[in-house]
Amino acid sequence: MSDWIDIGPLDAIPPRGARKVETPLGCVAVFRTGDDRVFAVNNRCPHKGGPLNEGIVHGQSVTCPLHNWVFDLSTGLAQGADEGRIDTFPAKLEGGRVLLAASALRARPVAA
Amino acid sequence: MQKLVVIGAGMASGRALEHLFDTQPGEWDVTLFNAEPRGNYNRIMLSPVLSGEKSYAEIVTHDEDWYAAQGVHCRFGEKVVAIDRAAKTVTGENGTVAYDKLLIATGSNPFIIPLPGHQLPGVVAYRDLEDTNVMIEASAIPGAHAVVIGGGLLGLEAAAGLRLRGMEVTVLHIATHLMERQLDAAAGFLLQKDLERRGINCILQANTKQITGDGKVEAVELADGTVLPASLVVMAVGIRPNVQLAKEAGLAVGKAIHVDDQMVTSDADILAVGECVEHQGAIFGLVAPLYDQAKVVAATLRGEEATFVQKQLSTKLKVTGCDLFSAGDFAEGPNREDIVFRDPARGVYKRLVIEGEKLVGAVFYGDTADSNWFFGQIRDGADISANRDTLIFGPAFQGGAPVDPMAAVAALPPEAEICGCNGVCKGAIVDAIKGGAVDLGAVRATTKASASCGTCTGLVEQVLASTLGGAFERNAPQPMCKCTDLTHEDVRRLIKSQELKSMPAVWQAGAWKTPDGCHSCRPALNFYLLADWPLEYTDDLQSRFINERKHANIQKDGTFSVMPRMWGGITTPDELRAIADAADKFKVPTVKVTGGQRIDLLGVKGEDLPAIWADLNAAGMVSGHAYSKGLRTVKTCVGTDHCRFGTQDSTGLGIALEKALWGSWTPHKVKLAVSGCPRNCAEATCKDVGVICVDSGYQIGVAGAAGMDVKETERLADVKTEEEVLDYTMAFIQLYRENAKYLDRPYKWVAKVGLDWVKEQVLDAGIRAQLVERFQISQSVYQKDPWAEHVKERAEQYVPVADLTKFAAE
Ligand code: SRM
Ligand SMILES: Cc1cc2nc3c(=O)[nH]c(=O)nc-3n(C[C@H](O)[C@H](O)[C@H](O)COP(=O)(O)OP(=O)(O)OC[C@H]3O[C@@H](n4cnc5c(N)ncnc54)[C@H](O)[C@@H]3O)c2cc1C
Ligand code: SF4
Ligand code: FES
Repeated sequence: MSDWIDIGPLDAIPPRGARKVETPLGCVAVFRTGDDRVFAVNNRCPHKGGPLNEGIVHGQSVTCPLHNWVFDLSTGLAQGADEGRIDTFPAKLEGGRVLLAASALRARPVAA
Repeated sequence: MQKLVVIGAGMASGRALEHLFDTQPGEWDVTLFNAEPRGNYNRIMLSPVLSGEKSYAEIVTHDEDWYAAQGVHCRFGEKVVAIDRAAKTVTGENGTVAYDKLLIATGSNPFIIPLPGHQLPGVVAYRDLEDTNVMIEASAIPGAHAVVIGGGLLGLEAAAGLRLRGMEVTVLHIATHLMERQLDAAAGFLLQKDLERRGINCILQANTKQITGDGKVEAVELADGTVLPASLVVMAVGIRPNVQLAKEAGLAVGKAIHVDDQMVTSDADILAVGECVEHQGAIFGLVAPLYDQAKVVAATLRGEEATFVQKQLSTKLKVTGCDLFSAGDFAEGPNREDIVFRDPARGVYKRLVIEGEKLVGAVFYGDTADSNWFFGQIRDGADISANRDTLIFGPAFQGGAPVDPMAAVAALPPEAEICGCNGVCKGAIVDAIKGGAVDLGAVRATTKASASCGTCTGLVEQVLASTLGGAFERNAPQPMCKCTDLTHEDVRRLIKSQELKSMPAVWQAGAWKTPDGCHSCRPALNFYLLADWPLEYTDDLQSRFINERKHANIQKDGTFSVMPRMWGGITTPDELRAIADAADKFKVPTVKVTGGQRIDLLGVKGEDLPAIWADLNAAGMVSGHAYSKGLRTVKTCVGTDHCRFGTQDSTGLGIALEKALWGSWTPHKVKLAVSGCPRNCAEATCKDVGVICVDSGYQIGVAGAAGMDVKETERLADVKTEEEVLDYTMAFIQLYRENAKYLDRPYKWVAKVGLDWVKEQVLDAGIRAQLVERFQISQSVYQKDPWAEHVKERAEQYVPVADLTKFAAE
């Protein structure tokens, strides 16, 4: 799983924000936290398919823009009373560039 | 005697030689090369030299006598240019020497961003004595300006030193807070405040475009056009391990020179130590691990067993008066919990990060007295589950009985100050309680305690509880969210009374329990700050709900709706044609006439938003803000222009009102209507502000509702002219903006403060004029078409950052 793909500079993602990445299997959201860490998750909320890249990012979590479910970006688990999980993908920051692991994106199905 | 050649007389090799001579004096024939024209000094103390707190002589660690006593052949000022591993020789600028063992200790090179102008005289890095001397010289010119690029450890020490020498200093930092690798946003904010208090100007998210000057540095230019005059530019943006020699010699090099646990490189006769090595994937930038490595190097050379083990590191900043500490891993994570303590009055912030039973990270600002103890807990992986509740209070509170905050308050003497804003001591509060003030509101009313900024509310409640015993029931007002104990009203008071102008300032002053808020408090804070400080605060899009960040209503399938303004419900054939063309071009599935007298294009793809906006803009239309907590629509009826009952130009007045109010942000949405007569065809009697035209003028009603609640408006005033309608309306809306709780529609807010109070403000000509003026100041910033702005400046945020569909399929 060492086939890292460069998807762009960190600056392309606003702090406490996200951008979408199209993959052969669907849409992945790449997040940047307030302290400049990056996470990649399936962009589809398990509740009713809300686009997570549009949510508010706080700490290491994102709040779905449709009905406020909150997900931990590193485990993908829904927080609080809600139950569900989003797929997470390896992402890292190197030399100011954001990298995703290509093999993981090929291996697992993500949102259509 | 074995021949040892050492390349680099830095902090790491200095230590290694000390250890070697300690146990095996006289057994090695050592040749020591150093590119710097001197021997070993304590590099980390360059900062006190720069600031003038120490002299160079005081930081020398190995002087000539020491080298002489150990019989070291010093070749200072001579750079090594090649290593020949087959011949086992090293070639310096002045000749070649043979080795049995070679130690590479070449340290790092400072990274210089290759900006236009980086080679101008006056641009320096911060690494060695030469750099330091250039800085000291530059600071000798009275009133000179310095720009430091990089707000990390080194950059800030440089900035503080230069400031102490009297320079005007600006720090440019690319991230959103200072020292982001060591500090979280809250601590970074406090640090910035402290530096600014010393006169160091900090610009965050600064994108340096170029350095300019004629023959020498004169200015630094940022991408946003800012020009900063400077006769000195210090680049402190990072270091790169110095591995060129090793690479050319064919040693295994990744990020740095690969070494094993014994500090041996891929060549058994060559060892390496210091910042130039890579051990198990890690590289190093602080001296603590280098000293451990130095011990291992000496042991390996002696043929003894020793293993280098990486340990936890901690950081402090060597700027007198800025007490900060960070250690371990303070990133949030699964199974990780934060314990946050803030003491706004003392400027103290402490955050512990706990994983399972262990403390894994800590960030402190303002009070670092116990940092070593905490560092020990992290390093030793101590089980903290038993004392978790009191952990944050430090070692003094461990072991004994758990501290009870109530007992602490009960023990306070009567003269202890509880409310700092109003200078109310405990005794006065206890007297008031005994006199019958048995709840928070009554204590506030009689003593003024906790009536200003509100941060002492918890303490006052504890005084109540300890005085009344079981009789006290905390009628706890609802806090804003889980991040703080303060209510929305407390926070609004705090922002005004303490003039808080940024989110980190509110988090600190309001003792937030999370590092950067949540989806519930952040949008509210963003509104409060922009409403109170329109000129100083910068709107934070990332704290806005998606609809307001993207200026479109998100739909249940993730598409968006687009709704242009139709001023007062009036449109033209040209506008309608442009809307029809846009609907065709972007294959808009639904075109609907809304309940707000305009046309909605529903089901537009997020990626298409900038393009459809550009088309609508080109036809003269702007965003209708159908998504905002702000002015929505002003509904009108046809009025005197056509209707046989119309008394005034209701359409014209509606348009004038919409043109005055559009673009303003409010606690919740605001809708208006103007009807031309009491038949009220525009349904003005159930709006936030509704105007009914009558023969004698205008009846202004406020605080109506027709959504989840239905409520008729209440009369604010009857006025004679259109100008008065505009003034009264702006004043009412500004009053609402300045005082209401986020997400209270006007009818809810008026019910809380009372219509009488609202009238007192708006009907008073003086107050009204001030409210209108403040509203207009805010409009000077916020009345702009967000569509045009986003098309121009943010279009790239609307499309995916990358398309891997082809790449990943290969
Ligand atoms: C488009 C429209 C319905 C229509 O097809 O006519 C509409 C659509 C929505 N309304 Fe509305 N409201 C629309 C007129 C109204 C009206 C009638 C009016 O404005 O004359 C009301 C009652 C008056 C009022 O505001 O109180 C109305 C009361 C609400 C409420 C309840 C507000 C309340 O305080 O009680 C909400 C919920 C909220 O805002 O929290 C709401 C929320 C919504 C949202 C924004 C739901 C959401 O958050 O996503 C709907 C967006 C649909 C979409 O996907 O775009 N809408 N909504 C109308 C747009 C008017 C415009 O041109 O801007
Ligand atoms: C201003 C400043 C403040 C710092 N503050 C702290 C602090 O508070 N805490 C902390 O832990 N760390 C601090 N550091 C970092 C610390 O100084 C370094 O980690 C440490 O000095 C690295 O030691 P080293 O021996 O690997 O490299 P160095 O000390 O850089 O020594 C390497 C030497 O090798 C020489 N050299 C390089 N190439 C050749 C060649 N080809 N031929 C001959 N000689 C060569 C160089 O001239 C240099 O003298 C600070 C650094 C600076 C610059
Ligand atoms: S009434 Fe308003 S919020 Fe409810 S479904 Fe209709 S548009 Fe949506
Ligand atoms: S779709 Fe995400 S919370 Fe409902």
